[in-house]
Parts: sequence; C-alpha cells; structure tokens
Amino acid sequence: MSILEFLIPASGACLRSGPHDKIVLSSRVRLARNLTTVPFPSHSKKADRIKAYETLMPAVKSLAQLGTDTFAESMDRLPALDKQLLVERHLISREHAAKNAGSGIVLNREENLCVMVNEEDHLRMQALRPGLQLRQAWTAIDAIDSALQEKVEFAFTERYGFLTACPTNLGTGIRVSAMLHLPGLVLAEQINQIIQAVNKLGLAVRGLYGEGTEALGNVFQVSNQMTLGEPESDIVERINKVLLQIIEHEENARLSQTEKKPAVLLNHIGRAYGVLGNSWSISSKEAMNLISFLRLGVDLGIFGETPKSLADELFLRSQPAHLQLAHPLRDKLGSDERDLFRAQMLRERTALIPKPNPQALLGRRESGSPE
Amino acid sequence: MVCQFCKLKEATVHVTEIADNKVKKVDACAACAKEKNYNDPAAFAIADHLLGLGASQKMEEASEAVGVLSCDQCGYTQADFKKSGRLGCARCYEIFSDGLDSVLKTMHKDIRHRGKVPAAAQKAAEGAQRLQRLNKDLQKAIAREDFETAARLRDEIKAFTAVG
Repeated sequence: MSILEFLIPASGACLRSGPHDKIVLSSRVRLARNLTTVPFPSHSKKADRIKAYETLMPAVKSLAQLGTDTFAESMDRLPALDKQLLVERHLISREHAAKNAGSGIVLNREENLCVMVNEEDHLRMQALRPGLQLRQAWTAIDAIDSALQEKVEFAFTERYGFLTACPTNLGTGIRVSAMLHLPGLVLAEQINQIIQAVNKLGLAVRGLYGEGTEALGNVFQVSNQMTLGEPESDIVERINKVLLQIIEHEENARLSQTEKKPAVLLNHIGRAYGVLGNSWSISSKEAMNLISFLRLGVDLGIFGETPKSLADELFLRSQPAHLQLAHPLRDKLGSDERDLFRAQMLRERTALIPKPNPQALLGRRESGSPE
Repeated sequence: MVCQFCKLKEATVHVTEIADNKVKKVDACAACAKEKNYNDPAAFAIADHLLGLGASQKMEEASEAVGVLSCDQCGYTQADFKKSGRLGCARCYEIFSDGLDSVLKTMHKDIRHRGKVPAAAQKAAEGAQRLQRLNKDLQKAIAREDFETAARLRDEIKAFTAVG
C-alpha cells in the first residue's frame, strides 16, 4: 500500500480538534533512543545500519500500542514525493526524508504515533496530538518507550541518561514542541518580544518545518532545548505553562486589534479572501500567508459557519507534495504549473466560503447604530 | 594564485578567518594547507555552531590531556567530533567524558540525568545500593564485635550476590 492510500485525506486529517486549537495547531513529544553496541547512524557503516534496522523494525512493529494496522516501510522503497508528503504532514523530519536503505518508518492508523528508525539516532519516536495536549502526548510516547525497553536494550548510563548521537539531546532524549498560529501577535508587532522572552526561558522558536525554516503563514514552533538535568515531566509542565501564556497574549492581541484597528484586520482578511478566490497563479509562500488571515477570519467569526478545518485543509493542500500527488502529472508537474494548479484548487475551495461579514467585527462596536 | 607559504604550487585552499576582530585571508596549496591545519575550514564550524563556541576546543584539550584519540568501539576521533558535533556510539560517552562535561554544562540545566530510568537499570541500581548498605552494616557489626549479626549479614550478602 502506498503512503497516499494509507494516510487520512487532508480534509479528514484537518477535522481533528483539541483544546485551544484556535491557536495551538498541534502538540508533539519526541524521544531519541539508541542501541548499546551498534554505532550511531550518522557514524555507522551500511552493514551496521542494517543491523540496527533489522533489530528495531520488528520490535517496533510488534508493539501493541501501535495497533495492527500500521504503515511500516524502508525509506528506500518510498518515492521522493511520498517522503515529502510525510514531511508536510509533520510525521517525519526533513533529514529523515533524505534517508534510504537502512532507515525506516512505522506509523499507526490514527497517525498520532510515528517512529523513525535510523534518523540521527537509531530511534526517534514521536506522539502527536491536535491542540494543546502535551501531557497526553508525553504519556503516550512514554508507554511506547517502556514497552520497547522490554524488547531491546537502549544505551543508558546512570550519569548521562539515554545516550544520543548529538550531546544536545542527551539524558531524556526528549523534544517537547507545539505548533502555534500567531497572526495576532505578528500584526500587533509583538512577536519579536514574545520570541525573545521565550528564548530567555531556554526554549527555541522555529518556523513551520523545524530547525532553520521560515515562519510561513504566521506558524511558529516552540520547543525545549535542554534535555539533561531535569525530569521529562518538568520539561513538559514548563512548556505547557509558557504556551498558556503565549495563548493569552495572542488572544489579547486579537482582541485589541479588533477593538482598536478593525479596519486593518478586515483589510488583511478581505484581501486574503479576494486573492485566494480569484488568483490564477500563486506560490506556496503567498498562499500560506493569505490562508493564515483566512483562518484568523474564521476564528473571529467573519466567515459565518465556515469551520476552521477548511482553512487548515487549504494550508495542507497548498504544500508542494500534496498538490503534485493530487495532479495526474505527479512529480513531473513543474513549479510554474504547480502555481497554476494551486490557484485553481484555492479558487474552487474559497468559493465554498461565504463573503466576509464585517459586522462580525464592527457589530460589537457599533451595536447602537442603525442597520 | 600561488600558495602564500611555499610560493611554488597553485593555491587551491582559500580561507577567510576572523580573529580578534581582524580579517585574515589565507591562500594555500593543498600540501601547505594540511601542514598549517587549514585543510578543512568546515571543521571549525559545525561542533562550535551546534554546541556553542569553544565546544570543539574543550573536547580537544580534554582528550589530549588523557591521551585518548579515538573510541575503541567505533573508531570515532576528536576530528570527527569537531567536524560533526556528534559522537560515534554509546561507548564514546565514556571515552570522551572528561571533555564532554564542560561542553554539556554550557547547553543543559545540569550534567546529571534526572529523568526516566529503564526498569532494568533501576533494578540494578537498587541492588547495588542494597549491597553497599549490607556491607557497611557488616563492617559496623564486626567493629563492635557483634558476630551474630555479622554472620547473618554475611549470609545475606552471599545469598544476594548469588541471585544478582
């Protein structure tokens, strides 16, 4: 079965919902683990990588927590476009997409548990949840880790904890992160202050696809950097606290923009609606930035009953691999044609959304004025 | 361009260094570059970039001090660390631990693990602790010439080590 057939379609994937999901798109907890005797993947010969692969793939696949209906495949058997699709769904890293023989992926039916074999470490396992659900994600991946420890021995010392290829992951091997949509803070020009404050707390703020990527569509990723010297639950709780504060700031920013500068908000949202509904060629960067305002409009009630999942679906389907796999030419679709095809998809979908209703914003302010 | 060191061969390695706020340009042939350690400018960067400035130097000093140049399990060397900022295998953490601690201090909350412990390691640690306690009690019993207790403790230690 190909990954496209296995994955829940974009429209369904975007229906998932969780606490605070107007602002927190998803929560994730990742653990890094290694075998004791085989060199780490970055330093090992092909024979060693295959040894690790053959030890780990069956062990992971047999985990009861992943269920019976899993997608398990060697990276060399996945076409480039399929790998890119997994990156766009945030199921594997860009680094892992570049791997071939000796590396693999195991994904469960619900697409909320995903294990990468032979990424930078022998195992990178992650639990994903919609909205703000860091504790739930940690509990889920903790259970997977404990179950695996009954089958294989992980490199561990009392002093350093779990050993990882890069010393930055040493100890707990944990990376706790959340994807945030922060158009309010960007419009209010408060985003840099927030990023600086978050950095001071030892947390990293990155773009849409993690390390070294741009914050397209006002989407930011917040994660821990320190992994050694404190328990996993402390790290999870600290990030949770910080996220609740960011959520509050974003809500306040949206509220004050609505009250003080409704015309600026309406201008951004209205123009986004206009361009998305009428363009004939659009780059993914432009599309993502416009869809961000569309989603903000949905959150503010400007588009009537339009569900936020529609905006999320547009965001996902605007990504290159999603577009290419939806087109008969697939990987032969050039970037110019892709921009045409993206615009077509966006026009068709935006046509389903009612025209923006300014009264949703202005109504509150001018409730006493005549119709 | 000719090599600025031997002034004979063609310069193929070009490095721009910034030290003490001064820009220094080096144009060397492959042989001289290797001799003067300009062979791989990228080697300066990655470990320092990933782990903080000076990380690779600290590791280097520490490994030179103990005279260990490579890992006996995977063959990883100091230069590999400098280049990639990563270690080769689990054993490397023992081999390079002297230099590592100063690197870890700059990037983590503490240099001792306080998180999850594998069930097997937990059991082993508890066993070691118990054994230590029994031995201590045994010494005390012998010191106060309480041979009855000492004999009982000795048997307990014997039984415990036989199982473990």
